[in-house]
Amino acid sequence: MKYYLIFLFIALQQGLNLAATIVVCKTCPVSAIAHAVQLAKNGDEIIIKPGTYKERGILIDKSVRVTGENYPVIDGENLGEVINIIADSVLVQNIVIQNVGSSYLQDRAGIRITRSKHCILNGNKLKNTFFGIYLAHSDSCVIRNNEVQGIPDKESNTGNAIHLWYCRNNLIEGNRLSGHRDGIYFEFVEHSKIYGNTSSDQIRYGLHFMFSHHCDYFRNKFSGNGAGVAVMYSHDISMHENLFSDNWSPVSNGALLKDISDSRIYKNVFEQNTIGLYAEGCHRIEIANNDFIKNGWAVKILGTSENNKFIENNFIANTFEVVTNESRSHNLFEKNFWSDYSGYDLDKDGIGDVPHRPVKLFTYIVENIPPAIILLKSLFIDLLNLAEKVAPVITPETLTDTKPLMKQVQW
Amino acid sequence: MLKIFKYSFYDVLRSRWTIIYFLFFFISTLSLLYLSNNLSKAITSLMNIILTIIPLISMIFGVMHYYNSRDFIDLLLSQPVKRKEVFIGQYLGLSISLAAGFLLGILIPFLFYGLSVSVDVWNFAVLAAAGVFLTFIFVALSFFISLLNDDKIKGFGIAILTWLYLAVLYDGMILLVFVSFNEYPLETPALIFTLLNPIDLSRVMVLLQLDISALMGYTGAVFNKFFGTTGGMVLSMASMLIWIILLLIGINKVSSKKDF
Repeated sequence: MKYYLIFLFIALQQGLNLAATIVVCKTCPVSAIAHAVQLAKNGDEIIIKPGTYKERGILIDKSVRVTGENYPVIDGENLGEVINIIADSVLVQNIVIQNVGSSYLQDRAGIRITRSKHCILNGNKLKNTFFGIYLAHSDSCVIRNNEVQGIPDKESNTGNAIHLWYCRNNLIEGNRLSGHRDGIYFEFVEHSKIYGNTSSDQIRYGLHFMFSHHCDYFRNKFSGNGAGVAVMYSHDISMHENLFSDNWSPVSNGALLKDISDSRIYKNVFEQNTIGLYAEGCHRIEIANNDFIKNGWAVKILGTSENNKFIENNFIANTFEVVTNESRSHNLFEKNFWSDYSGYDLDKDGIGDVPHRPVKLFTYIVENIPPAIILLKSLFIDLLNLAEKVAPVITPETLTDTKPLMKQVQW
Repeated sequence: MLKIFKYSFYDVLRSRWTIIYFLFFFISTLSLLYLSNNLSKAITSLMNIILTIIPLISMIFGVMHYYNSRDFIDLLLSQPVKRKEVFIGQYLGLSISLAAGFLLGILIPFLFYGLSVSVDVWNFAVLAAAGVFLTFIFVALSFFISLLNDDKIKGFGIAILTWLYLAVLYDGMILLVFVSFNEYPLETPALIFTLLNPIDLSRVMVLLQLDISALMGYTGAVFNKFFGTTGGMVLSMASMLIWIILLLIGINKVSSKKDF
């Protein structure tokens, strides 16, 4: 009897914590997701059967697991937000969310997480949502393997695919994003990781972050975005093994760095961008082992950038290699491979005996007098470049690679 | 006039020079296509060659042709033929045969590499049109210069200098203007300068067709906007045609007054 009571006591206590499962389907007792959330207690699981649910404003204020079976569709009918999470430890997975509708007054989102921790969004598909996934003041969340697809319109009435605002310790992994204003947008986000995402065909930036320190970006692909990738006003950033490609328009950069300091950029590939890497006001960045291939300008580094190091990068078949607007350079270029290098290596140590000057006279002129670009490919300019190469007068004396490599860097 | 044109045309075609001219374009186009394996890239490199070589060769060839057939011209002028017809016929014969040599020289390799299926047809068309226009303009220029100068050496010298000016120094002058007036908006002057020089105009028109135009930034956008409109297209065509027409009028005037 005593044991029985104890067992009952434990069972009761367990019962309080034991997760119940609530099934939502068109013909079930619970036919609306919002209703299921109302019925649920912390720790419960809500399973959504296949079908189309015309719901919006679903407020998840309990720690529940919401799982879709065979991708049920929640349709906002262009009238407003669909899921709004304000509780910790919520899991939402395998759900299709569509048609949130754009608004000039609110930042409507497919899934919004506000002031919550440890939430997971996994394998969801968002279509035609104004903002896709919107996190504000939320920490330690995981956004993994979601597909966010927008219908791009104008910059002013298209939202961002994944938007984070004042967040910490988040992981954004393996998402496929397209057709938004910005693919991934970070503002005031710290200690977060962006890993293995594909962000393409956005109107503006594939990745856009500001005031976001101590973040890691690796193995992402950013291609075909209106203006490439922009990283601004941050320090301690690590970007590696990313691909920046096909950002080809008069306003595009592979990656734009503005006021970035103490950061590392390595093993990235910059291919076929108007400007591969654009740096303005950047300090103490180490740029090593990157490939710059077939860009208009491989690197554009403005005079306000100091103490950056370009070491062991490959510059291959770019129209212009390096451009700067200063006559003096405070950045180090060393042991890079330049496909334009025309020197020789007599002692066969793999390092060219003549320094390489990546800044051509014409690039320098264009930087100071932009309309002069109409002389591009003119015979006069070719002669001028040749003359300057033989006897440099105007191009920055200090911006030279004193140890150019004879062979491509293998990394 | 048709007879003189025919005679002059066949005469030029029969000479080795047109064959060499044709072979030059044929081989350089073929090798460029072979090396780059990319029509757009090949067009850019070919443009560099065309913009330098066509004016130069047209100029030299025109002057040479005029001085060589001076005796023939004198003979023709003693016949009851209008002076205008003699010179225009000669001019057309020379420029059409040169243009034909150039067109065939670049067309055959491009066809061989599958131009017909490529999206670069339009780029190619602009390049070809630029080449043909340049041929007509510079042959006319050479005739005009040699008509004015009976001295062979002087004629050659002036022809080469004119080429040097239009192909190289003109751009230097533009750059000088840009440097001096850096504080002012320079897009419109740049546009006007470009319209005035057929070599620059051809270069910019070809560049704007290619991927590389993305590098041209704001100025490129201004140019694109201008050349994208029908008015801009008509104006740039007109600029080329005006060069030819003015030169032909000049040839006509000088030749009708000249004491042979």
